[in-house]
Amino acid sequence: MEKYRIDPSEGLEFGLYTLGDHLANPATGERISAQQRIKEIIELAKLAEQAGIHFFSVGESHQDYFATQAHSVVLAAIAQATEKIKIGSSSTIISTSDPVRVYEDFATIDLISGGRAEIIAGRASRVGLFELLGYNLRDYEELFEEKFDLLLQINENEVVNWNGEFRAPLRNAKVLPRPTGGSMPIWRAVGGTPASAMKAGFQGVPMALAMLGGPVSHFKLTIDAYRQALKQGGHNPEEFPVATTGFFYVAETTQQALREYYPHINEGMKLTNGGGFPKQLFAQGADPRSVMNVGSPQEVIEKILYQHEQFGNQRYMAQLEFGGVPFEKVMKNIEIIGTEILPAIKKYTAKK
Amino acid sequence: MKIVGLSGSKVGSKTRTAMNYTIKEINGKYPDIEVDLIDLADYDVQFSDGRSYWEYTGDTKYVAETLMGADAIIIGTPIFQASIPATLKNIFDLLPEKALRDKVVSILVTAGSAKHFLIVEQQLKPILSYMKAQVVQTYVFIEEKDFYRKEIINNDIIFRIQRLVEDTVVLAETYAKVREAKEAEYGF
Repeated sequence: MEKYRIDPSEGLEFGLYTLGDHLANPATGERISAQQRIKEIIELAKLAEQAGIHFFSVGESHQDYFATQAHSVVLAAIAQATEKIKIGSSSTIISTSDPVRVYEDFATIDLISGGRAEIIAGRASRVGLFELLGYNLRDYEELFEEKFDLLLQINENEVVNWNGEFRAPLRNAKVLPRPTGGSMPIWRAVGGTPASAMKAGFQGVPMALAMLGGPVSHFKLTIDAYRQALKQGGHNPEEFPVATTGFFYVAETTQQALREYYPHINEGMKLTNGGGFPKQLFAQGADPRSVMNVGSPQEVIEKILYQHEQFGNQRYMAQLEFGGVPFEKVMKNIEIIGTEILPAIKKYTAKK
Repeated sequence: MKIVGLSGSKVGSKTRTAMNYTIKEINGKYPDIEVDLIDLADYDVQFSDGRSYWEYTGDTKYVAETLMGADAIIIGTPIFQASIPATLKNIFDLLPEKALRDKVVSILVTAGSAKHFLIVEQQLKPILSYMKAQVVQTYVFIEEKDFYRKEIINNDIIFRIQRLVEDTVVLAETYAKVREAKEAEYGF
């Protein structure tokens, strides 16, 4: 776990992530400027750090209703604005980028931040960037596998010799600068199916698992499959962290939390995913057996602990500001995370 | 409410003729309902390549988004080689798995002979169910002999189209009310 800068004796890590979506608040129909959105994301990272949150990450989506296409630039600003919170991507679409440039960027962020940078590399669930950046969608799988593999090789070796289909070969190539300690944590983003998780397992890389909704038991199967594949691939599952991710929102009561968050999720998904989030499914999210952490602080604490017990995850990443949630509500949530949720998680998951 | 008629092939005129009758029936009986007719013969729709429906361009994007925006869809289809035409199947392939959730879908089918009667039952309805449609169970089956020079000459077919339109509207309105009542119950 040290390789991935995780200390299990500290207990479950709590992270915040943003897709960098740029959506109107459905209650007012008003959308802040892209500039303000980016500044608020940087501000959010500072507040997260003050609250004691362990990790903060920013994603890239290259289409309408998003503002952090240049997510590594935003992360560099966050690196400068913060002192101890770990920072990363959620996700970096490695398929449509040059792994050498991605590594240079994130190694630089790691140096700026004093060893706090991580990459979560994914394949993109929104694929508009393939056309924009000049890639063929038919190479979706292979682009990811080849480029992710190169990214891992660069991380492990200061001098790289490499040959592939989608990029010019590398001959005794030195990829610089090197991050602190010579390498940095690189995770594979997994969309939820056991087949996808098993690829991460065979490869021997940490897994960040997306969980939009559904029962904990469903995602446990995926995590079990990941650890099984790690073993089959000759790796020790004890050495590889798992991060789970999903919707998060707390308010005084469950009903209030559902009421406040639902319009943001529903309207936001309509614009970014092509279809809303059914109310019926959202209502089921309140169930203690659901992965959706929406409710009163006490209920959400119990859910996070139940999920931790079932998953054995090392990090939970919360998505609480999707779909134009007003900043004061986000601040209120962060305050509750800092004063109520984090102390409870630490109490029940840290050693001693 | 918005109803979209989808005429599912690029070949021939019978399905389009029947769809014209259907659209006229909606316009006459329900002037407040917004109706669109998409005849695939008029559009250059590409084959599904796996991207999300709104990421297509041109006609493909227009057709997919128009269907996604409908409250009810009336599909008109001929029978080709004992199945639905590839043009129609491609429309389903362009859309997400749950694309027809909360939509009422009804069917009108034209065929060369009565031997094709069960093809819609056995091949089209399973697709609609898989995509979560509320299907109007009774469909209008129209044979070659019911047409004469782009007109329907069998009054029984006219009556059936009237009933299909009425059932589609009644079910769409009813499901919308049921859904509203249920969503209000959740209290958020």
